[in-house]
Amino acid sequence: MGGGNRFSLPQAVLAGESSARIERIAERREGTVGDISVAEPRMTCRNVDVYYADKHAIQDVSLDIGTNEVISMIGPSGCGKSTFLRCLNRMNDTIDICRVSGEILLDGVDIYDRSLDVVPLRARVGMVFQKPNPFPKSIYDNIAYGPRIHGLADGRAELDGIVEDSLRRAGLWDEVKDRMEQPGTGLSGGQQQRLCIARAIAVSPEVILMDEPCSALDPIATARIEELIDELRENYTIAIVTHSMQQAARVSQRTAYFHLGRLVEVGKTDDIFTNPRHKLTEDYITGRFG
Amino acid sequence: MTPIDRVNASLRRRYARERRFRRFGLGAVILGLSFVSMLFISIAGKGYGAFQQTFIELEVEFSEALLDPDGGRDRGILSRADYDGLVKAALRERFPEVTRRGDKRRLYRIASSGAGMQLRERVLADPGVIGTSARVWVSADDDIDMLFKGRIDRNLPEAERRVDDQTIAWVDRLREQGAIRTQFNRAFFTNGDSREPELAGIGGAIMGSLYTLMVTLALSFPIGVAAALYLEEFAPKNRWTDLIEVNINNLAAVPSIVFGLLGLAVFINFFGLPRSAPLVGGLVLTLMTLPTIIIASRAALKAVPPSIREAALGVGASKMQVVFHHVLPLAMPGMLTGTIIGMAQALGESAPLLMIGMVAFIVDIPGGPLDPSTVLPVQIFLWADSPERAFVERTSAAIMVLLGFLILMNLLAVILRKRLERRW
Repeated sequence: MGGGNRFSLPQAVLAGESSARIERIAERREGTVGDISVAEPRMTCRNVDVYYADKHAIQDVSLDIGTNEVISMIGPSGCGKSTFLRCLNRMNDTIDICRVSGEILLDGVDIYDRSLDVVPLRARVGMVFQKPNPFPKSIYDNIAYGPRIHGLADGRAELDGIVEDSLRRAGLWDEVKDRMEQPGTGLSGGQQQRLCIARAIAVSPEVILMDEPCSALDPIATARIEELIDELRENYTIAIVTHSMQQAARVSQRTAYFHLGRLVEVGKTDDIFTNPRHKLTEDYITGRFG
Repeated sequence: MTPIDRVNASLRRRYARERRFRRFGLGAVILGLSFVSMLFISIAGKGYGAFQQTFIELEVEFSEALLDPDGGRDRGILSRADYDGLVKAALRERFPEVTRRGDKRRLYRIASSGAGMQLRERVLADPGVIGTSARVWVSADDDIDMLFKGRIDRNLPEAERRVDDQTIAWVDRLREQGAIRTQFNRAFFTNGDSREPELAGIGGAIMGSLYTLMVTLALSFPIGVAAALYLEEFAPKNRWTDLIEVNINNLAAVPSIVFGLLGLAVFINFFGLPRSAPLVGGLVLTLMTLPTIIIASRAALKAVPPSIREAALGVGASKMQVVFHHVLPLAMPGMLTGTIIGMAQALGESAPLLMIGMVAFIVDIPGGPLDPSTVLPVQIFLWADSPERAFVERTSAAIMVLLGFLILMNLLAVILRKRLERRW
């Protein structure tokens, strides 16, 4: 798996294909450059295809997400990186026309298995969205909502503890501890996003998916979130989609480059940015397109 | 010509177009406002008088011989006694010079035919007045009422007037003696319908409207919201739900009289529910307001941003929890607004209620949703059909009351929307 040789070129040449056609086939059939697997995978994706009605949005993507690593997914707009991220906690289920095939395992269990319940899945794989989306409730209730519906706390004291702990981990506690009853929507954009991260943490997930978490934030708030991601890495596995290559370089250990629905290259972040092996990756990170 | 010259040349035309558009808009608003104010002025001008009623003062002798010859103070005997006789005697006493039979009969008509009932109520409330005499204000007849309020032109020839010269003279005498006056017309709000305008009130119609609306609200709000929730949040999007949506939108445009016919056929003829009852009226109006509520509720649900649903799903809320914890509370203001507007529509509706018999002449004030009754708009329709001058006044007054309720409800909808509206 993972190497680019499921369809070997020489055979096509032997079969007498013209060189232009061979190139096209090569482009179409080419697999991912780099090592898609890791030693300790938290999530394992194999041959994932996603269709929106007739549109083939993700084509044959295979990728491992390692335990306690930050993996960033980069690529031009519309390349399918957000779609792929949303497959990881079955958020795409909410889109009627979306079909997903292939295999996605969380700790060895297929999350698309018919018998699997998505509610506990989403408690294990939390998500932070592009636009901060706190509930129009108090700060406290924003954090307490997840633990409440999952019954994670016995009594008010324990719930208070979870709320405080989550806010502390999200680096928001000192800013909001005196106004827990005020609406979460009244916070600044950066604070709202950290509130959303705290909300995701509050249900103790194993994996946190972040879909361009800083795209609506100013550089200072962005720096704060990036620090936070770095701290969270100790306890959580994080997959982050970002448009900023600097951000990918700063926060992630591994980087995956998507292009037109395919996973073109994946590898250690340092390698991808200093020594990209695929032409498309190189063009993208050097700013030739995208 | 440089590009900027072209821009400048086109500028004048563009601005002229804008000014023209604004003038059209302003004209439309002014036209609309003037029609509304014409309506209000006309109704208020005709109807304000009905809130005042003319009363005449009589020196009534509650003679024991006439009311309670046995002296037993038995309520049955007291309530059957000849109170009209008391009124007549009091009138004769006030105008002792009237002796001819025909004149006397005309004199008796000064007081309302309900004046005897007013005395009876007084006696039944306090039998102690029997044997004494007291000054009592009783309702004047509707023609006297109109005359006293200046609605009858004294300069017309006698034959073209509802009130003859002799009666006018009597009324003027009463006026000189200070024995005729107008006072607030409480009976208009507490009485049921009557053939006599001075006794007719909208009390019965208001209660009928209240019961009808209560039934309508109790049924249409939960059903409408549940239908909207199901269609918007849970139903699969397929041909069937499309068909249902088209049909709901169509139902909103069905003439209300058709709902009345349906109600007559189904609720009264098939299920055997009572005619003229607010229960049936409420059921019919439920059918009529449901599409309004469903459409408004669906719009309110659609307006809840998907980011809130995603946020809730993202922490592992189930579909049901997403809907009931987040979507429904956020959509509630819109749903309430739609419901109030639907209720206002139902309050002003008359056509379907005609079909189920709520147009009957009903004097008693309904005591529950199964009693025969009428509703405000139908009461207006009934009075507008009556020839008496005094009913014109009452029609306008009833319209004012109905408009007052409608404005109140729409205001409530606006306030609710403003107060509950949440930003996200």
